Amino acid sequence: MCACRCGIKVHLTNGEVRYIQGNPNHPINKGVLCAKGSAGIMQHNSPARLTKPLKRVGERGAGEFEEIEWEEAMEIATKWLGDVRSTAPEKLAFFTGRDQSQSLTGWWAKEFGTPNYAAHGGFCSVNMAAAGIYTIGSAFWEFSEPDWEHTKYFLMFGVAEDHDSNPIKRGLGELKGQGGKYISINPVRTGYAALADEWLGIKPGTDGLFVLALIHELLRAGKVDVEYLKRYSNAVNLVIQDGDEDGLFVRDEEGNELCWDVNLGKPVPSNGKDSSPALKGEFTLADGRIAKPVFHILAERYLEEKYSPDAVAEETGIDGATIKRIAAEMAHAAFEEELTLYIPWTDWCGRKHDKMVGRPVAMHAMRGISAHSNGFHTCRAIHVLQILLGSIDAPGGMRFKPPYPKGLDSMPKPTGMLKDIKPNTPLAGGHLGYVTAPEDLLVDDDGKPQRIDKAFSWDAPMSAHGLMHMVISNAWRGDPYPVDVLFLYMANMAWNSTMNTAETIKMLTDKDEETGEYKIPKIIYSDAYYSETVAFADLILPDTTYLERWDCISLLDRPICDADGPSDSIRQPVVKPNRDVRPFQDVIIELGARLGLPGLTNEGGEAKYPGGYSDYIINHERAPGVGLLAGWRGEDGDELGVGAPNKRQLEKYIANQCFWRMELAPEQRYFKTINKDYLEYAADMRFIGSAKPIIGQIYSEPMQKFRLAAQGKGEVQPPESHRKRVETYFDPLPIWYTPFENEQKGVEEFPMHALTQRPAAMYHSWGTQNAWLRQIHGSNNLHMSRKKAEKMGIENGDWVKVSSRNGEITVQVELMDGVNEDTVWTWNAIGKRSGAWNLEPDAKEAQEGFLLNHLIDERLPADEHGYAQSCSDPVTGQGAWFDVRVRVEKVNAKPNQRSEPVFETVKLPEGMQKRPDILRYGANFKKKGMSS
Amino acid sequence: MTMLPSSLPPKKLGLVIDLDICVGCHACAVNCKQWNTGGHSAPLTDHEPYGNDVFGVWFNRVHGYEVDDGKSGRAVYFPRSCLHCEDAPCVTVCPTGASYKRGEDGIVLVDHDKCIGCKLCSWSCPYGAREFDEDEGVMKKCTLCVDRVYNENLEEWERLPACVITCPAGARHFGDFADPNSDVSKMSAERGGYDLMPEMDTKPVNKYLPPRPRQLDEKPNQLLDAPEKGFLGWLDKVLS
Repeated sequence: MCACRCGIKVHLTNGEVRYIQGNPNHPINKGVLCAKGSAGIMQHNSPARLTKPLKRVGERGAGEFEEIEWEEAMEIATKWLGDVRSTAPEKLAFFTGRDQSQSLTGWWAKEFGTPNYAAHGGFCSVNMAAAGIYTIGSAFWEFSEPDWEHTKYFLMFGVAEDHDSNPIKRGLGELKGQGGKYISINPVRTGYAALADEWLGIKPGTDGLFVLALIHELLRAGKVDVEYLKRYSNAVNLVIQDGDEDGLFVRDEEGNELCWDVNLGKPVPSNGKDSSPALKGEFTLADGRIAKPVFHILAERYLEEKYSPDAVAEETGIDGATIKRIAAEMAHAAFEEELTLYIPWTDWCGRKHDKMVGRPVAMHAMRGISAHSNGFHTCRAIHVLQILLGSIDAPGGMRFKPPYPKGLDSMPKPTGMLKDIKPNTPLAGGHLGYVTAPEDLLVDDDGKPQRIDKAFSWDAPMSAHGLMHMVISNAWRGDPYPVDVLFLYMANMAWNSTMNTAETIKMLTDKDEETGEYKIPKIIYSDAYYSETVAFADLILPDTTYLERWDCISLLDRPICDADGPSDSIRQPVVKPNRDVRPFQDVIIELGARLGLPGLTNEGGEAKYPGGYSDYIINHERAPGVGLLAGWRGEDGDELGVGAPNKRQLEKYIANQCFWRMELAPEQRYFKTINKDYLEYAADMRFIGSAKPIIGQIYSEPMQKFRLAAQGKGEVQPPESHRKRVETYFDPLPIWYTPFENEQKGVEEFPMHALTQRPAAMYHSWGTQNAWLRQIHGSNNLHMSRKKAEKMGIENGDWVKVSSRNGEITVQVELMDGVNEDTVWTWNAIGKRSGAWNLEPDAKEAQEGFLLNHLIDERLPADEHGYAQSCSDPVTGQGAWFDVRVRVEKVNAKPNQRSEPVFETVKLPEGMQKRPDILRYGANFKKKGMSS
Repeated sequence: MTMLPSSLPPKKLGLVIDLDICVGCHACAVNCKQWNTGGHSAPLTDHEPYGNDVFGVWFNRVHGYEVDDGKSGRAVYFPRSCLHCEDAPCVTVCPTGASYKRGEDGIVLVDHDKCIGCKLCSWSCPYGAREFDEDEGVMKKCTLCVDRVYNENLEEWERLPACVITCPAGARHFGDFADPNSDVSKMSAERGGYDLMPEMDTKPVNKYLPPRPRQLDEKPNQLLDAPEKGFLGWLDKVLS
């Protein structure tokens, strides 16, 4: 249902859903369930559900459709997709939203042969994923969790009320109970932040500077874990100081990274068992070159006065004394309250430790860091801080969830050079991955992007999740090339999941003047509900609700594991659809067979998985013995992780409450990056390529390689237009720069920041049409600081015009104390287009609700080369929708004032269920009791 | 007029609600709604569920407040439901005997067959905890999940009110306040559990735990010092 993926038990009475309960044995939620999960009955029975395949008959956007049979729908889709595949496969752009089947959709797109596939990570959290993987081999959000039980000092940066939902609530309850101190760094004090011992209402986009000031303080006072740095981080590595290899590591002939051994007075391999590495100094190598340890370079940088707490106070809005105190408290927790678990363990090079000594300082971060154009570096700064404290996967610190950590050498590289794209031919590898040098980019000899979203190009080299937010804009512009078919799944890209909504709608409906054809000629969309995007598609493939289909949360996708062990899960269909709809996964498996995709057809050309998705879950092997589910593999179901497909695997899962979990041995549970027993286990399970340690990358050599290319070194160099950008932002140590929007000409006219938050009770627009949840959040206001409003003469309930360089909206104000004075914010995805989602056209969501998205341009103004970069992080391409700057002005409300802009009411397709005027759900369950 | 039980019930079932860790996520309210819309007082009717003026019956509603505590201020979430008062004015005011307090465990319930929809009880409840079902013309309210806590079709661990079993933060607890050794009694005693609006003399059974004192800067705190001079001077000492 949502990305939290809790285990649920669905109770039925006479075939209807009576009650949905959290599964007490499930590793994610341990029996609890949030408001969204508890409102599943209304999600499942919503009158917004689509009922039959639809073919557009009116103009795009009007909502005029004709119902068609599935056979016709599949024939149309096969024709459109087949034409593209047999001529120019790159003319299919296939992008998916918040689904949990990326291990299928990505593989399907690879078999199809288009380079243009990604899911929604590009506008969600790729800054977190990429900064984590490039630095510590794991990341915030899905790949880790704070050690709630043990942490003494917990910092949470920029997390609204989600990501992840129930585990954080459970964890905060536990943390407060055991007496740990909790600091929330967030411009807004709601939800999780309300529980904090201390709330720091930081100015948006300045978290990185705050973190670097903490690092400044710790370095100044020597409060870092020197032993940890020497053994398990690249702090010791020698960095060449000049020449063609400037900034790269000193290596020996075998390619080992070297440190300076102070006893031997010469370079030796880094992190070796018996070395005595220098952390500071300047050393002359045998060939005369000069080199310095990473730690020396790091200290030189962050000890600069500009990173001192007093120097950053004005920019961050947090006074110097507070930053100094936080640094002191953090050091106290890490080094004076160190936490010992008496569990013997062995590190990667065989040193035996009789106990696990933890640094009980934990951190967690998400959207408030992620959605800024400086988010990658800010997130890296947080991880460097954690490495300096020695709290990485330590007791009381940030703990990693298997199959993570994974070193960069275990991560795939992206595939998709246009020269390799051939008709009717699969792609040679996966679409997404982690580049480590300019040679890995997807660019041609002139440096031109190869993908429709320009991922892995010089625009955003480390765009590990793609840039879904740029697909419509680029396809409309034909830059780098036009597409023929845009195929979207569960992504409300014509409304709340896009930047610049009003302009995006124009792009989707814009026609070529000469041919009269839409600029994006064919759009196929699959959704279970009548979301705003449906009206803009030409062919609709209606999906089921989450209770009507098989789903699989695979270790190959976005895993559900916890720090004490890997797990995966399925969901089985519990209710049969009462409409002519099909699970999207079944549909693309059948489409693949009709298209003759190699992985989906046998040698004779017949469908390889005639049983649909459940057949695929059981029988598909990604590599020999590796499939979607890790539990009960092997013909007899007695193999773990790796083994032949088991025909009865799903039965085994169902018998085990639909999940599989393997508990790590106590000695494997901490220090996973450097823990011999864990690393060997992970290699056996094929989580990682080999049991090599995953050394903390304080200094990112891959980044320096990109910077060198920008300085004119190496085979693959950026075009002139991109040199300055790449040189600036590919700093091998974390940097802080002001978010791009703050630098735009005329920004002084837009003095405030504007943010959105997701309410705990909603899961984007899919939740806001829910009959119960819309009674909790049925409309949204613009929240602003009471103090600030007073100065501006604005009162609670006033209407204001909010403008940015991109557009304006008119909305109603709600005042509060707990918000940074220079910031306004609202709830995300509550505003609806009138008529969509089968709500009454005059529903509050359409009258009072609004989107902030209209204010956010998906592109920056053209640079001095005339090129408009996307509004994204320059390293990862993460959509920087928290960068937006606005002006707020009071307006005189008209009679019956409603939020603006106003869009024409969209028509409802025929065949949709009638909205009830009154809902008596459950009346017929009375006294019947409950059966499962 | 309806009489309260003539002697104190042997059990005093109720809730402890921990305001220190409630994140205001509404899980309790919605899970309550889904259980109870098919339970003892079914349905929990919703009017205009997809219209402009949607409103429905909820036994539990969560409110958010900002409090000026003279320091940095704070946000507090406050879940509100029936407190199953010992001196329940909603019972004594009822003209038909529909509203009653159970003699065995103190749960306050409404017998819908006797309820005439006069709303006197909702006027008398100082907590606004009663919910009128306009469709059926009867008053409804929190039943403390009486159809769960004694339900032998459920496994023993599940015999808890829906709001308690679902609360993600663990902020809600159920038990017998007549037993001084019960978890809820002990928790309430340890954490200073308090009555809502005690001046109304309703003697609520449910207790709210106040937010714990914030760990602000009251701990004496030594700021970080740099005793060794020079660039990374401390490092020489560490490594020597």
